[in-house]
Amino acid sequence: MSEISLTDDARHMRHGSNIGQPMTRREGVLKVTGTATFAADNHPPGMLYAVLAVSTIARGRVVSLDEATARAHPGVVEVITPANRPPLAMDPDAKTNPFMFRLDLLQNDRVRYPGQPIAVVVAETLEAATEGAALLAPRYEEEPARTGLDGAEIFVPPAVGPGHPPEAKTGDVEAGLQAAVRRVEAVYETPAQYHNAMEPHGVVASWDGDRLSLDMPTQALAMAQGRIAGLFGVSPENVHIRSPYLGGGFGSKGFPSGPQVLGILAAKMTGRPVKLVLRREQMFGPVGHRAPTRQRIRIGLSEDGGMTALANHTRTASSTFDDFFEPAADVAHTLYASPAIATSYEAVRLDTGTPLFMRAPGEASGSIALESAIDEAAEAAGMDPLAFRLRNYAEVEPISNKPFSSKALRTCYEEGAARFGWAGRPLEPRSMRDEAGLLTGWGMGTATFPALMFQGKARATIRRDGSGLMETGAHDMGQGAWTALAQIAADALGLGIDEVEFRSGTSDLPDAGIAGGSGHTATAGMALHAAGTNVLAKLAELATADERSPLFAAGNVGTIARAGRLVRRDDESRGERFADILSRAGLDRIEADGGAAMDPAAQEAYAMHAHGAVFAEVKVDPDFGQVRVTRLVGAFAAGRVINPRMVRSQLLGGMIWGVSFALHEHAVVDKRSGRVMNADLAEYHVPVNADVPSLEAILVHEDDPHVNALGIKGVGEIGITGTGGAIANAIRHATGKRVRRFPIGLADLLD
Amino acid sequence: MNHSIRLTINGEERRIDLDDPRVTLLDLLRERLDLTGTKKGCDRGQCGACTVLLDGRRVNSCLALAVSLDGSSVTTIEGLATNGELHPVQAAFIAHDGFQCGYCTPGQIMSAVGLIAEAQAGGDPERVREGMSGNLCRCGAYAGITEAVIEAGARMAEASGRQEKAA
Amino acid sequence: MNRFEYVRPGTLAEAVAAAAAPGAAFLAGGTNLLDLMKGGIARPDRLVDLTHLPGLDAVERLPDGSTRIGALVRNADLAHDPDFAARYPAIAEALLSGASGQLRNAATAAGNVLQRTRCRYFYDTASACNKREPGSGCDALGGENRAHAVLGWSEHCIATHPSDFCVPLAALGAVVELEGPAGRREVPLAEFHHLPGSTPERETARGPGEMIVALRLPPEAARFAAHSRYLKVRERISYAFAVVSAAAALTLADDGRIGEARLALGGVALKPWRSTEAEAALAGQAPDRAAFERAAEIALADARPSGDNAYKIPLARRIVVRALQLAAAGTPERLPALPASPFAPAPGGVLHV
Repeated sequence: MSEISLTDDARHMRHGSNIGQPMTRREGVLKVTGTATFAADNHPPGMLYAVLAVSTIARGRVVSLDEATARAHPGVVEVITPANRPPLAMDPDAKTNPFMFRLDLLQNDRVRYPGQPIAVVVAETLEAATEGAALLAPRYEEEPARTGLDGAEIFVPPAVGPGHPPEAKTGDVEAGLQAAVRRVEAVYETPAQYHNAMEPHGVVASWDGDRLSLDMPTQALAMAQGRIAGLFGVSPENVHIRSPYLGGGFGSKGFPSGPQVLGILAAKMTGRPVKLVLRREQMFGPVGHRAPTRQRIRIGLSEDGGMTALANHTRTASSTFDDFFEPAADVAHTLYASPAIATSYEAVRLDTGTPLFMRAPGEASGSIALESAIDEAAEAAGMDPLAFRLRNYAEVEPISNKPFSSKALRTCYEEGAARFGWAGRPLEPRSMRDEAGLLTGWGMGTATFPALMFQGKARATIRRDGSGLMETGAHDMGQGAWTALAQIAADALGLGIDEVEFRSGTSDLPDAGIAGGSGHTATAGMALHAAGTNVLAKLAELATADERSPLFAAGNVGTIARAGRLVRRDDESRGERFADILSRAGLDRIEADGGAAMDPAAQEAYAMHAHGAVFAEVKVDPDFGQVRVTRLVGAFAAGRVINPRMVRSQLLGGMIWGVSFALHEHAVVDKRSGRVMNADLAEYHVPVNADVPSLEAILVHEDDPHVNALGIKGVGEIGITGTGGAIANAIRHATGKRVRRFPIGLADLLD
Repeated sequence: MNHSIRLTINGEERRIDLDDPRVTLLDLLRERLDLTGTKKGCDRGQCGACTVLLDGRRVNSCLALAVSLDGSSVTTIEGLATNGELHPVQAAFIAHDGFQCGYCTPGQIMSAVGLIAEAQAGGDPERVREGMSGNLCRCGAYAGITEAVIEAGARMAEASGRQEKAA
Repeated sequence: MNRFEYVRPGTLAEAVAAAAAPGAAFLAGGTNLLDLMKGGIARPDRLVDLTHLPGLDAVERLPDGSTRIGALVRNADLAHDPDFAARYPAIAEALLSGASGQLRNAATAAGNVLQRTRCRYFYDTASACNKREPGSGCDALGGENRAHAVLGWSEHCIATHPSDFCVPLAALGAVVELEGPAGRREVPLAEFHHLPGSTPERETARGPGEMIVALRLPPEAARFAAHSRYLKVRERISYAFAVVSAAAALTLADDGRIGEARLALGGVALKPWRSTEAEAALAGQAPDRAAFERAAEIALADARPSGDNAYKIPLARRIVVRALQLAAAGTPERLPALPASPFAPAPGGVLHV
C-alpha cells in the first residue's frame, strides 16, 4: 500500500476531486494513540458494572439461582432475574417486522439456547459483578438439545435472507440435466461461524428521567434508537446513542442485541449509569452467527463445456424461536450463464441463538460451494478453470435476463490472471511442487456481491464564512466512513475536505441507514451528495435572484460550485464566493436536507452487482496435510472507488475472511449438549498474521451510470466471496483431494 | 484487605491502593486509571488487544494481576507519542493503513514496539508476521501491519544509527 | 474470579509455608492460572506470588556441564539466551513455537511444566470432567475429541498435555527440582506428569505445598546440539497449540551412524511422550528413512484412538520421521522464521514425493 501517493493534485470541484484520493484515515491519529473512544471506554460518574449470567443448557428451564450468595458478595448491588426484572413496554418476543429480532430479556425462566442470558449481576466493580454472576450457580430442568442439520424436523422456510423467496428458477433444470453429456453433483457443508468482532458487544447506559443516553456500538443508529425506545416506552428522540467507532461489526451489530438492552435495563433498575460488556465466550450465543448449510449442487454440461443446468438445494438452520435463513443458494442466480437455474431451501430449527447477517450472508457460504462445484465442472469438462468460467460468462443476469448495470468481470479475470501468473497452470492435480517438495496448487474463484442501497438522509449547511458542515448519522466500523463519506461530503459542496466539518456517528443526526449490505457508502454518500446539491441550489437561488451578484440572472444557464465559489456554468470566470452570497443576504448559514434510496426504475431495468476474480496459491505438506495460503491475488470491479486506500484494505480484509472460511473458522458444537466447545479465541481460529503472507487486491476501473449518481457499488463483503472457493480449488489442485466440508483441515488431507 | 502498590505508568510514578487483589493490570488501566486506550478483546490472553509494555517487554495485560506488579513500569498506547509527536510505529500504521476498525490497534502497536525492541525479527517479513501473530485483527489489516512494522523498524534503526554517529 | 488471599513471600521457605494451606496456589507468570481462574476452572483460596522471590530467574551452567533453569525464567528469555539456545536448540525452537510473543514474555519455565490440559471439557465447567471434578465422568469421551490423546489415555480421561517446551525437555532427560515442606527432591521430567489411569486429578508428582524451583538438563543433553529439532503441526501457522509435535535429537558417529537418539512426542498423551524404545532402536543405525520409519512404528506401537482422532496416529508417525530427518540434517545456524513449522525451509529430499 505504500505506493499510494498522497500528493495528488486536489482540485476542489464537485465529483472527482476529494473523491478518488487515497487519503489516510481521518480518525487515524485518534486510533493509533488510543484516544478514539469506543463504547466501553466511557465511564460516567457513579457507573456500575453489569455482568451477564448465561445458560449452559440448550433447552429447558432455570429452576434455581443462588441469588443470596451472589448478593452477599461484597460490592454486588443488584441481581436481576425474571422474578424482579422491571416491566418493559413491549414483549421482547413480539415481532412487528421481519427485521425485529426476538430478544432474551429475562422475560421468563425458559432456556432456548446455550449462552442465553438468564440473570444480570450489577456491582460497584467489574470484579464483583463478574464473580457475582459466577456465584449464581444455576440449576436447570434440562430437555434434550436439538443440534446439527439432521437434528430436527425439516420444513421449507417462508423466506431466506432479507425476505427473498425460498424458491427461484429459470428454465427447466431437470431437462437441462437430462440433456447434459456430463453432470456434476456434490454436497458441500459449511459450519456455524461467529462474527467475533474484536470489540465485544457492550453498552454504557445512563437514564435521566425518561431520557436515555447510550454509548453503544451499532451499525444502524436510527433503527437501534427506535427499537430501544419501543422496548422502554419512551419516544425515540429521548434515546441518544453515540457510536463514533465500532470495533468491528460484520453484521452482528446491525440490531441492538439482548445483552445491550439488559445493560440499559440494569441502569433503569439501579438508577445509576451501567456498563455491560460481553465476555468473549458470551459472544457465542445471543449476538448472532452464520448458520450452517448443506448445499446440494447439480450442474449439467454440454459437450463443449457449456452449462445446461445449475441447481442448488440448501438446507440451513434457524433458532427455535425466530427466523433467519442463510440464503446460500442464491449466489447461483447471477454468475454463470446457464439456461436453467433453480434454487431451493429447507431448514431445521435448532436450540441455538438466532442466526444473523454475517459478512456476505448467503454469498460467503454459497460462493465457496458454488465455486468449488464450478471447479469440479471445469475438471469434468477437461477445461482450465478460467477458460470454463469464460465459456459460461453471463452477459445478462441469468435468473432475470436483465442486463447488468455494469460488469467488468472479464477485466478482473484478465488482470487477476496476469498478475498471478495463471497462464501455464497444469490441468493435472498434484503436479506441482516447490523447491522444498511442498505440494503446490493454484485455484481460482469468481467474486460477486449485489450493489445495494438503503434509505438514508443527510443535512448540508454552508456557513457564513463559506465553510461547510455535513451531517449524517453514519457508522464507521473500520470500512472508513469517517474518511470516504467526508470526501464525498466535501465534493458535494465543491469544497476542500479541510473546509468541511463532517459530523457522524450519533443518533441525533439524519438517519444514514444501516451500515450493512456493502451499501453504506452508496447510501450515506448519496444522501450527502443530494443534501449538497440541495443546499447549493438554495445558494444559487439567492445569488441568481440578487442583482448585486455577478450571478444575477444566471438561473437558466445554471451554476456550479468550484472551490468555495459558485460560478456560471457557461463562464466559470464569473462567480462569487459562498461567503459573499451569504453575507450579502444577511444569512448566517444556509442549510438543506438530502435523501438517498435505490432508484426503482433502474432496479427494474438492470441487475446490479460488483464482481471480482480471486486467484490463490496454496502449499500443502504432503505428509501432514497442513496448508498455507502463500499467495492471493484478487481483482475487483465495484464501480467508483471513493478512497483506494480504504477500498484496498476492505478487499484484503474480506479476502482474509475467505482464508478463514476455507481453512479456519467453525464453531465446534457438542452434539449432546449443544454448547459451542470452542467459544474463545484460542480455539475458534481466525487467521493470524503469519497465515496470510502475500495478499494483493487490484482495483479494476468500472463506471456504472445506473447504480446511483456517484456510481458506487460497495466493497465491504465481496472480498470474502470467490476467495474461499479459490483456496479450496487450489487445495484440490495441490493434493488431488476435493474436500467439500469446510473448513478444510489437515485431517482431511492426510493420505 | 487493601494492597498498596507502586507503579510507574507512562513515566509517571503512582501509588495505587487496591481494594481487591483480583484486579488485572488491564482492568486497573481501563476502569480505575482512565487509561482506556488499551483494549479488552478476550480477557484470556488469546487476542493481544490488551498488549502493553511491562518493564519494556510486551505482555498481555489481561493476564497480569496488578497487585503482583508492585515496583514495575508500564507503558501504554497513551504513553507512546512524545511531545505530541507520533512514535514511528504509530505514524507507520497510519501511512500503511495498518488498521480498519482500530480496536486491536493499540495492542498491535504496543506489540510492534515490543517486537522491534526484541531485535529478533529485523526487516524479515516472515519473522515480523510470526512475531505479530499474537495480535488478532478481525478486520484483516495484516498486510498493512506487516509493512508498517518493517518500515518503522527501519526508521528507528536509522535514527538510532544517526544518534550513535552523532555521539 | 473468586476472592482469594494474596500472599507475597520474601523467601523460598516462606513461599513453601504459605502454600501448605489447603486451596493455595502458586502464582508466577499467571498466563495459565489467571486464565483458569477467569474461567472458574481454578478457584484457589490463596495465591502465593512467587514473582518477587530472588534467585529463581537465572539460567546457569553448572560445573558438571548440566544446565539449571530457574523456575521463574521467562520463556522468551530462555529461548533467546544465546548460550542456552546453542546448546539446546530444540528447546529454543519449541519455546518459540508456543503461544505468542506476549505470552512468552510472561510465562515461566516452571509454569510451563505445570500448565493444565486444554481439553475443552476440562475448560467447560458445565461438562463432566474427572480431572476437574473427580468421579464426575469424562464428557470428552464420545464428544468433540479430534484433538485428544492416542497414547496412555484411560476411560477416565483422554486429555493431552499442551506444552511444547516439555517435549524436548523430556527427550533430553530433564530433571525437575522441587522444594517442599519435607525439603528438596528431584523427579525426572519423564516421570513428573502422570498418565490419567483412574485418577486423572493427580496430574503431577508435585506434592501439596511443593514448588518447582528449577529444571535441570543433565550434562549429556548438550551432546545433541548439532542435531536437534522440534517440529509442530497445528491448525494455523502460528499462535495455536500442537495437533501433534515431536522433538528429535541425535548424535552422529564418525562413520555417519547414529550414536544416540532422543525422541519425544507432544499432543498425543497427557504427558510429553518420550519413547526410549524408539531411541534404542535408532542407536547404531544409519540415519535414513527406513530407520526413522521403524522408530516411528515403535514409538506409536501402542497408540489407539480415543475418539475421532485416529488420524493423529499416522500423523504422529510421519512427524517422528520428519523430525528425525530434520535432526539428522543438522541444526540450522539460526532458528527459522517460523519455528518448528512444516513451512520453515527444509533441506531437500525430506518431504515425501
